[in-house]
Amino acid sequence: MSQKINPVENFVSGFEAIRATLAGNDLPWLDSLRRSGIGQFEDIGLPGPKVESWKYTRLRPLEDTTFRPVTLADREAYIDQVPTVLPSGLGCPRIVFVNGFMRSDLSCLDNLTEGVTVESLGAAVARDPEWVETHLGRIGSLEGQPLVALNTAMMNSGVVVHVRRGVVVEQPIQMIFIAGLTEEPVACYPRNLIVMEEASQATLVKLHAGLGVSAYLANAVTEVDVGDAAILRHYRVQSENMQATHLGSLHVRIGRDATYDGFGLHIGGRLSRTEVFARLEGEGGHCALNGAYLMKGREHCDNTTVIEHAVPHTTCSEVFKGILDDESRGVFQGRIVVHKDAQGTDGHQLSNVLLLSDKAEMDAKPELEIYADDVKCSHGATTGQLDETALFYLRSRGIPEALARNLLIQSFVAGALDEIKCDAVREAMMSKVVHWLPAKCFLAEEWTEE
Amino acid sequence: MLEIKNLHAAVDGTEILKGLSLEINAGETHAIMGPNGSGKSTLSYVLAGRDGYKVTKGEILYKGQNLLDLSPEERAGEGVFLAFQYPVEIPGVANTIFLKEALNAVRRHRGEEELDAMAVLKVVREKTKELGISEDMLKRAVNVGFSGGEKKRNEVLQMAVLNPSLAILDETDSGLDIDALKIVADGVNALRAPDRATLVITHYQRLLDHIVPDKVHVLAKGRIQRSGGKALALELEKNGYAEFAEAAA
Ligand SMILES: Nc1ncnc2c1ncn2[C@@H]1O[C@H](COP(=O)(O)OP(=O)(O)OP(=O)(O)O)[C@@H](O)[C@H]1O
Ligand SMILES: [Mg+2]
Repeated sequence: MSQKINPVENFVSGFEAIRATLAGNDLPWLDSLRRSGIGQFEDIGLPGPKVESWKYTRLRPLEDTTFRPVTLADREAYIDQVPTVLPSGLGCPRIVFVNGFMRSDLSCLDNLTEGVTVESLGAAVARDPEWVETHLGRIGSLEGQPLVALNTAMMNSGVVVHVRRGVVVEQPIQMIFIAGLTEEPVACYPRNLIVMEEASQATLVKLHAGLGVSAYLANAVTEVDVGDAAILRHYRVQSENMQATHLGSLHVRIGRDATYDGFGLHIGGRLSRTEVFARLEGEGGHCALNGAYLMKGREHCDNTTVIEHAVPHTTCSEVFKGILDDESRGVFQGRIVVHKDAQGTDGHQLSNVLLLSDKAEMDAKPELEIYADDVKCSHGATTGQLDETALFYLRSRGIPEALARNLLIQSFVAGALDEIKCDAVREAMMSKVVHWLPAKCFLAEEWTEE
Repeated sequence: MLEIKNLHAAVDGTEILKGLSLEINAGETHAIMGPNGSGKSTLSYVLAGRDGYKVTKGEILYKGQNLLDLSPEERAGEGVFLAFQYPVEIPGVANTIFLKEALNAVRRHRGEEELDAMAVLKVVREKTKELGISEDMLKRAVNVGFSGGEKKRNEVLQMAVLNPSLAILDETDSGLDIDALKIVADGVNALRAPDRATLVITHYQRLLDHIVPDKVHVLAKGRIQRSGGKALALELEKNGYAEFAEAAA
């Protein structure tokens, strides 16, 4: 484990080795996009502690493990049962990836609403390269972003969702990424593209599930374009395995009167960092970035968000709740930038963390950067322990200590989950939280139903 | 039912109870009165098993077993109930969920079958009605945003649902309006039975007009200074506690 390797060199040679096999490698624009990606990555290298925004998160697994890029053979891993967020009884469409490659046999895309396309990046590139060219790499900038650059070089698959103008999709669509089923450490680079045309509406549910126990790196980039008056509800669950490194970034552009409503539940992963860059570019736009993270063992979970208000009269709200047990670490960096012209901005941010152990640690860094004068912005960050008085109160009513603790943890996390507008998703997420909870005990079944 | 012998208890290293003895038989209702800071709530917390309330000497027998050996939840299962002087707010936990978890936990302890949500709701609704508690209090998070009086009523509701054999009421009458006082007293009286006992901590003899005690005790300076019948409460109302401050000095 301690042998020193040169990660940047490894990634670059990995790129050279697979370049010819990557989807659409014969398209000059795509090839040159990938080359500029690897070039940028080579120039900047991996983000280190000298970079201000990486002060609290070190990429140790990348320093001592060599991850080979996934190959087609890895796709064939045997999947007994596809993990999902929503109960299969709901019959929601889903697209499933195993070790980075789409698996049609596990996916189920027959009943999509008309006007919606859900396909793999490879399929989209083959079917309509011009459309992909006009959208890919337009929102997620490579500048100063080595991990975005690396993903851009290596991207081979991922989900492309395109909702046409005015189309309202009722049923949530699930995007499922399964990993952890390889002999040696692998890296995959999902690249997702979500384009919501004007006045369209959809709910997307993304799950990263780490089955098995092998180490892997998931370096994901998602670009989201929410057109004027469109609404996207974007719910994510990160349930990677205890050996996984998950480095994801989300790049969102929000148009006039449009809503991006994002929620991330993080319940597993040795090291994870999720960066969200959202930019409100049209008046009346709204951005919600909410999340909950529950960590144990030596897991490390970093949520870093940047919301930019570029025009007048836009709003944003952020609610993050964290539960840190054992020796886990949490990081929350939330920056809200209000540009000079962005008068009438309304922005609120909240980060609350419960430490369940003396050895757990939290770093929270809220940042308001305001250049306009007529704005309403607030932030609050707290880190505390379970309320002993409340715990005693519950126990004095006969509720066993383990259950009392779980009730308190659950109600704390519910403070974030309540932000989820879709009932089915909120209930599914709460049930994931309940399964995460320490100490098996009796919990009210109907907790999530009420 | 309850036998407290020479109880010494300390909080944060400060001894608060200094040799308190008290015996309550099944079927009886006792009242404890005493000046602020004399250790009444400390006694109630020791009985309920709160962390940090350290018994340094003495013993407590409840139904013949050593109460101090039991965890707070076991005590509740065995029928001990404390109505808190300051009921605790629990954001995010709905009153109904709380009552269901509590009732079923107690039932499990007693070897009774658990009740489903509907059955619990039925019991709760019945008690709510009897106690004149508004139903929307059930849906709200436990005690969050409740008025002082509502919190006290909620304590009595929990008591009625859990059906304890030893109820300890720590100033449940404080902050109640006259009608509520009657409702609370009715709730307590409804629980009176030959196999149960009640310990009422109060500052006001008024409550004892409604819940008539078999015995009244004066707690001052960490010990029972005097015990008597209901008339003692009237005497205290008139003379205050000056006598006991001196006696203990
Ligand atoms: N953590 C603590 N450390 C030191 N002393 C404490 C602590 N908690 C309580 N005390 C003290 O113990 C004494 C008894 O308190 P207790 O709450 O039992 O009084 P009480 O009789 O219930 O009073 P009241 O009538 O005002 O409710 C008080 O003097 C109080 O200040
Ligand atoms: Mg008191």
